[in-house]
Amino acid sequence: MSGQPSGPVLEIAGLHTEIRRNGAAVRAVDGVSLTVAAGECLGLVGESGCGKTMTARSVMRLLPAGGVITAGSVVLAGTELTALSERNMQTIRGNDVGMVFQDPSSSLDPTMQVGRQIAESVVVHRGASRAAAAARAVEMLSLVKIADPERVARGYPHQLSGGMRQRAMIAAALACEPRLLIADEPTTALDVTTQRDILDLIGDLRAALGMAVILVTHDLGVIAGRTERVAVMYGGRIVEQAATSAVFAGPRHPYTEALFEALPEMASSQPASRGLYSIPGRPPDLVTRSPGCSFAQRCRYVRDWCATHEPALDGDHPGHGYACFFPVGVTGRARGAGGQDGAGGGVTPVSAWVSGRGRQAAGRAATAAPASTAAEPLLRVSGLVKDYPVAGGVLGRRSGAVSAVADVSFELLAGQTFGLVGESGSGKTTVARLLVGLERPDAGAIVFDGADLAAMPARQRRQRRSGIQLMFQDSFASLDPRMRVKSILSEPLAIHQTVRRRGYRRQVLRILDEVGLPADAENQYAREFSGGQRQRLALARALIQRPALIVADEPVSALDVSVQAQILNLMRKLQRQYELSYLFISHDLSVIRYMADTIGVMYLGKLVETGPAEEICTAPGHPYTASLIAAVPAVVTGPEMTRPPLAGTPLAGTLSAGTLSAGTGQPGMAALPGASGPPAAGPDPAHPPSGCRFRLRCAFARDVCAEQEPALRPHAVRGQLVACHFPLGPATAGQVAGQTMPSIA
Amino acid sequence: MTAHQAAGDKPGPVRRLTGAAGVSLAAADPAAPVRGSRGRHAGPAASPPGAAAQRAAVASRMRRGLAACRTYPLATTGGTIVVAMAAFCFLGPLVYHTDQIHVFLSQANLAPRSGHPLGTDGDGTDELGRLMTGGQVSLELAAAAGVLAAVLGSLWGAVAGYLGGAADAVMMRIVDAGIAIPAVILLLLLTSIYQPSTAMLVLVIAGTSWLSTARLVRAEALTLRMREYVQAAVVMGGGSMRIILRHIAPNAIGTIVVNVTFQIANAILILATLSWLGMGVQFPGVDWGDMIASATQTISDGYWWEILAPGAAITLVVVAFAMLGDGLRDAFSAVGYDAVPATAAEADRPVRGPGGR
Repeated sequence: MSGQPSGPVLEIAGLHTEIRRNGAAVRAVDGVSLTVAAGECLGLVGESGCGKTMTARSVMRLLPAGGVITAGSVVLAGTELTALSERNMQTIRGNDVGMVFQDPSSSLDPTMQVGRQIAESVVVHRGASRAAAAARAVEMLSLVKIADPERVARGYPHQLSGGMRQRAMIAAALACEPRLLIADEPTTALDVTTQRDILDLIGDLRAALGMAVILVTHDLGVIAGRTERVAVMYGGRIVEQAATSAVFAGPRHPYTEALFEALPEMASSQPASRGLYSIPGRPPDLVTRSPGCSFAQRCRYVRDWCATHEPALDGDHPGHGYACFFPVGVTGRARGAGGQDGAGGGVTPVSAWVSGRGRQAAGRAATAAPASTAAEPLLRVSGLVKDYPVAGGVLGRRSGAVSAVADVSFELLAGQTFGLVGESGSGKTTVARLLVGLERPDAGAIVFDGADLAAMPARQRRQRRSGIQLMFQDSFASLDPRMRVKSILSEPLAIHQTVRRRGYRRQVLRILDEVGLPADAENQYAREFSGGQRQRLALARALIQRPALIVADEPVSALDVSVQAQILNLMRKLQRQYELSYLFISHDLSVIRYMADTIGVMYLGKLVETGPAEEICTAPGHPYTASLIAAVPAVVTGPEMTRPPLAGTPLAGTLSAGTLSAGTGQPGMAALPGASGPPAAGPDPAHPPSGCRFRLRCAFARDVCAEQEPALRPHAVRGQLVACHFPLGPATAGQVAGQTMPSIA
Repeated sequence: MTAHQAAGDKPGPVRRLTGAAGVSLAAADPAAPVRGSRGRHAGPAASPPGAAAQRAAVASRMRRGLAACRTYPLATTGGTIVVAMAAFCFLGPLVYHTDQIHVFLSQANLAPRSGHPLGTDGDGTDELGRLMTGGQVSLELAAAAGVLAAVLGSLWGAVAGYLGGAADAVMMRIVDAGIAIPAVILLLLLTSIYQPSTAMLVLVIAGTSWLSTARLVRAEALTLRMREYVQAAVVMGGGSMRIILRHIAPNAIGTIVVNVTFQIANAILILATLSWLGMGVQFPGVDWGDMIASATQTISDGYWWEILAPGAAITLVVVAFAMLGDGLRDAFSAVGYDAVPATAAEADRPVRGPGGR
């Protein structure tokens, strides 16, 4: 696709990888064949435990303890990697193949200067001198568009933000100009806006360097528009492989189809009552091989034939392979509106986002109507302020303050959901901690159920706490590892002594049933459950106290998309059942949009826009909201797909930053701070900008934005409140959506 | 244990979470058919409690115990030596009868021979028998002092670490002050002022050694109190005492248990030191330190067996406790590794159960 005439860079044929442990062998990779050409980007998608990462690691031969490649071949540019000695393999790793891992904070050595880490591979593989290595590190840092590369190279990883660390990791992976870059969930731990920047960067570098890229991800949105081909993995095998546009236009394997339908974005085209489609069951046990199709047990279209016969990866179109006897869309079985969206190809992200929301909005309005007649909101937050002192100097005296939450006000009606959205560091989590009483506000009122919690003495507050409960992002960390489920769930009962000890078990079993867990779960420990089940447990523990409000802090961001759909559906079911209110915090706008009646957008401790979910998502009034919406990876084939790869950029030899920054002068990239651009200082919450806090990143900022802080005012045209001097009108909204926001990473 | 609990515990190994492979492993266990036959997957209602279930549960626990012993040979060896020494001291006299009260000057300082496998000391008492009676005192006192020190130190440290702020500052300055006083001088001072009774010795030894435990557990509590499950308990309205006893202490148990073993080893040494200086167990009581003290007076006469036996016993027990502690630390940290998935994606790996619906 990129016009590289040479053969495939990577050719994997019949790869089998087993993890042998405790006398059992897990077939993590079970006959995978794929090729990646130079300059091509292949997306590897699937749920957790489907073998994506093991396939990537098999290429590097970096398998966990007990991991063995039992069959198959991995040929990298003519070299058979499986046969190489460990010593020879070391010359391949980091040299011919670069790898970027999910968590940039743990893959950089905290005791080593960033520059030296980046240049390490050059020193090891090319025997570069110290000075040459240092120069190379600076060059690589400017290549990945880090401002002031000399200073960053001398710094340590903790001085960098998450996005900058991931850039540094990419720089390290590319230092030896590998032919192949394997990016294993490179953006999962990052914000939406940073994610887009990093993916853009990988895409540009791929085009400029002509290297092959394998992008491993569970997020179909990441794949869209970034990859030429997609391989969907399930149960250690590839179940569908085709050009990205073909898969997005019409997936043939039921698993791929189910993955699409589990996306909250897809709910927009379906009636609100139906909920998200979630794949029943769980990925197959890779120890015991059962005959037939591995997906048969979870497949909607399963027939008797599937249980006994194993489908091969082939298809009726050349280049589109799928392992299914009864593929989707073959007999006019429509995929539903979601598929039609995709089939539309060339639909811009924003228009897809806007389209098809009418039905859901109508359904939502019907359910919300009775609740809104109640005059007094369940929760009224007004003027909430929280500063964290910054200690400085030898004696640790207070030298300043980080403004985590600055004057936040909102209301929440009983039975409704308020969605709080924003990038990391915007103060969302602090709001949650203030509401549940883990922190005390410096100013402001939290009126819950008629009483001001902020003004209440601690002891009295403790007794009222059961009215507001918290769901953590990491459900595993929030469950005591040394307690059985029955102790975890009955602990709140024991604290408040609302039920006699004898009645605990009945309550625990009832609540387990409510959240869809088997009764025999009561004797197990949290570690014995999967991520989705743990989040169910966390929900059960919150629910057993009969709260009126559950504050959910990123409850689904660590989950697979299919599991996420299950949890979101469950939360909505329980909301209807118990007339619960949610304060739902997420960085993912599509999840927020699916869940929330009202949305509040936070930026650097400020609520910059708030209003009905539909209004905010379809017609944002604040430039920040608009840019967040624009950064959401669209699960449709957008114009990015057709963006031509850069041609004529020097590939071999020594790269110079100059050639690269010339190469990046393409539309859509101009806003990124390149080596030549002004240093884009990330907003520092200890010293927030004067006036409007967003002005440094705002395309519309003028002098008045620096002088005067905008208040939340009703938007002239629409229903929401916007804190902006120049709120977007109908004309300007689309303009911003097309533009990229200056990066802070 | 009720039969119901037995049924719940039993299938443990099958569900056990295993390592970083990103997949669940059903242990290839020879006893698997026993479990399978009970049809756990048929649903929770289909598990009738019965003797067979209980037997299977016991068998399963024993298997797991054996597997754990194989995995941690260091702890197993240390533990075996400790148990063997305790049995030697407490059960030995039932088999090997000696007179430990009267003095037989005619039998004094005999080299090892038949009838006196380890020889006799200056009073003509049998060395082997004395090793047993002396060991009883040493082990009893050391265990009592070690456990007391660990419990006191753990509570102190957990409270200081969890409460933080001013309470932590005051409590830990007390600990700092205690550590600043040389323990041996304090011990000598206390034992010379007060009559060194058994209870007195236990209190004095525990009183000087709980400080290090307090520091360790405080450090642990400082990290544990930031854990989300502790915060979840706060959100539920749980009080400080509840959180310390139900969440902080159980999760610091690895540190605490390991520390107990080292405290006991340490107490044996302190007791021997005190006794050697004549400030330990008073006549007619005797411990290994006393034996070494009297043997040092005759060592120049070539009565090597009198110092060898108690010296070797002390060394052996202290080394065994250290091995046990090291091994337990490995075991506890391995559990921690198993329990904490490395990444969010891995956390979401299916482990067991019917999954979502």
